[in-house]
Amino acid sequence: MAKRIDVSGLSAYYSGFKAIDDISMNIEPRTVTAFIGPSGCGKSTFLRTLNRMHEVTPGGRVEGKVMLDDENLYGSGVDPVTVRRTVGMVFQRPNPFPTMSVYDNVAAGLKLNGVKKKRDLDTIVEKSLKGANLWNEVKDRLNKPGSGLSGGQQQRLCIARAIAVEPQVLLMDEPCSALDPISTLAIEDLIGELKEKFTIVIVTHNMQQAARVSDRTAFFNLSAVGQPGKLIEIDDTERIFSNPSVQATEDYISGRFG
Amino acid sequence: MDITANTPAPPPPATRTTGGGTVTRPGDRIFSGLSRGSGILLLVIMGAIAAFLTIRAVNAISKDQGNFFTTFEWNATANPPVFGIAVLAYGTIVSSIIAMIIAVPIAVGIALFISHYAPRRLASPFAYVIDLLAAVPSIVYGLWGALFLVPHLQGLNLWLDHYLGWTVIFDQSNPGTAARSLFTVGILLAIMILPIITNVSREVFRQVPRANEEAALALGATRWEVIRLSVLPFARSGIISASMLGLGRALGETMAVATVLSASPVLSARILDPVGGTFAQNIAAKFNEANDFGRDALIASGLVLFVITLLVNGAARLIIARRKEYSGANA
Repeated sequence: MAKRIDVSGLSAYYSGFKAIDDISMNIEPRTVTAFIGPSGCGKSTFLRTLNRMHEVTPGGRVEGKVMLDDENLYGSGVDPVTVRRTVGMVFQRPNPFPTMSVYDNVAAGLKLNGVKKKRDLDTIVEKSLKGANLWNEVKDRLNKPGSGLSGGQQQRLCIARAIAVEPQVLLMDEPCSALDPISTLAIEDLIGELKEKFTIVIVTHNMQQAARVSDRTAFFNLSAVGQPGKLIEIDDTERIFSNPSVQATEDYISGRFG
Repeated sequence: MDITANTPAPPPPATRTTGGGTVTRPGDRIFSGLSRGSGILLLVIMGAIAAFLTIRAVNAISKDQGNFFTTFEWNATANPPVFGIAVLAYGTIVSSIIAMIIAVPIAVGIALFISHYAPRRLASPFAYVIDLLAAVPSIVYGLWGALFLVPHLQGLNLWLDHYLGWTVIFDQSNPGTAARSLFTVGILLAIMILPIITNVSREVFRQVPRANEEAALALGATRWEVIRLSVLPFARSGIISASMLGLGRALGETMAVATVLSASPVLSARILDPVGGTFAQNIAAKFNEANDFGRDALIASGLVLFVITLLVNGAARLIIARRKEYSGANA
């Protein structure tokens, strides 16, 4: 169920502006990889190239290769819609479908994939909500609107929605930045459980969070405003936070800039 | 549950009472007087109009020898006066329904095309052309309808009569008669209300939060599925409001209907027959030759149109309010 990601020579553009430059990295299956770096360094943009969401932004364009096991996501004839069904995503702000109930939110992706039988849907919805540690809180209000939940519950609802379609990879773009510490803790615990089944990539501004949840950490930086972001280094999280091989990484982690 | 949406607002902070009385500045006083005055003036004008219309209408209806609601013909100037709104109400409602059936899907389609499908370079000029459609005076639509639409619809009418005549609705009493019918009026009204429905819907579609659309995209939704999952549900109440604006115009449209329709006091399910009438068309046709009493009678029919429009708007508000907690306003 989890696949390995190999990125090579990847650059992304917004119209004429080059946002990230020539990034290559490997992400092992069933690991959590954290992306850290100052604002504007392109880590979110890079994340969005991994499920071809970058190109839905007007002017968004990508060069390079992203291999998911043996398949190049940017190969000719690859349908971005199919890619996004394989690589799920959770956003910075919880974005459940406001007009849908809790149940329908989780079932939305399944219905797109053609799951129609009520019994199948019921089973997967329950499984996904349990997987997102939300089941006990919402099992009595599955038919209430998803937008009525608290922020942290909404974010776990979005995670349930993303894992319901059983993706190979789960991308998370600062999933806790709009949440309070308790909800953040709930999501972090959840990430630890989810990595047994999925390959997880998480963008975060919170360095303690990166240290807590991830196996590997990638540090991104940009030389100046208006310059493209670059991957400075990627290594085991422990090593990045204790003894990074690049000086800029150490400066960033120790709070000397950013 | 969204707590902020369900608990009553906290009581307003107590007004400062220290020092006995608050300071009011002359500017504040003048402005509040002005705005209060305009509010009151508006109510007074509304009340005066309502009173005037009701008095004249009651005067007319009380002398009506026929039943005001069920009589077909409109002979308010005859002696004794016999008039009723049955044909007018039927014609108004039927032509507006036809217009809505044609216009709403097309307008929503155009709005979606402009907001979500068309390349940006094409979207703006396209929206501008739709705006132009709204700027055409209704008498011009009427002339176009009478001189172009009526003769050109004859073929379609014959076709409908031939293949769908068994539904009665599309049956023609005399196949091949001029298309001065409620059906033609409905088509013309559809064209006239298209711009307003399109423009309002387009604005609503533009306001769909990017996050909602990305949520659908990230699940692997195609463009149509994004629209179905996040755009249309969010825009639902807006589309209803837009349609109601269009319906309001269709119900009250006068000149275009009066120019096209061959009016006669016949109530027929055959919408291709050149018979019938609408409230506004009847007022326009009868007002000049009517005496004072005849005008009172026309005012009475106008009041009924006003009530119908109110009911339609009320119904629309009900529909919108019913699913409020799902509206996305509390997202």
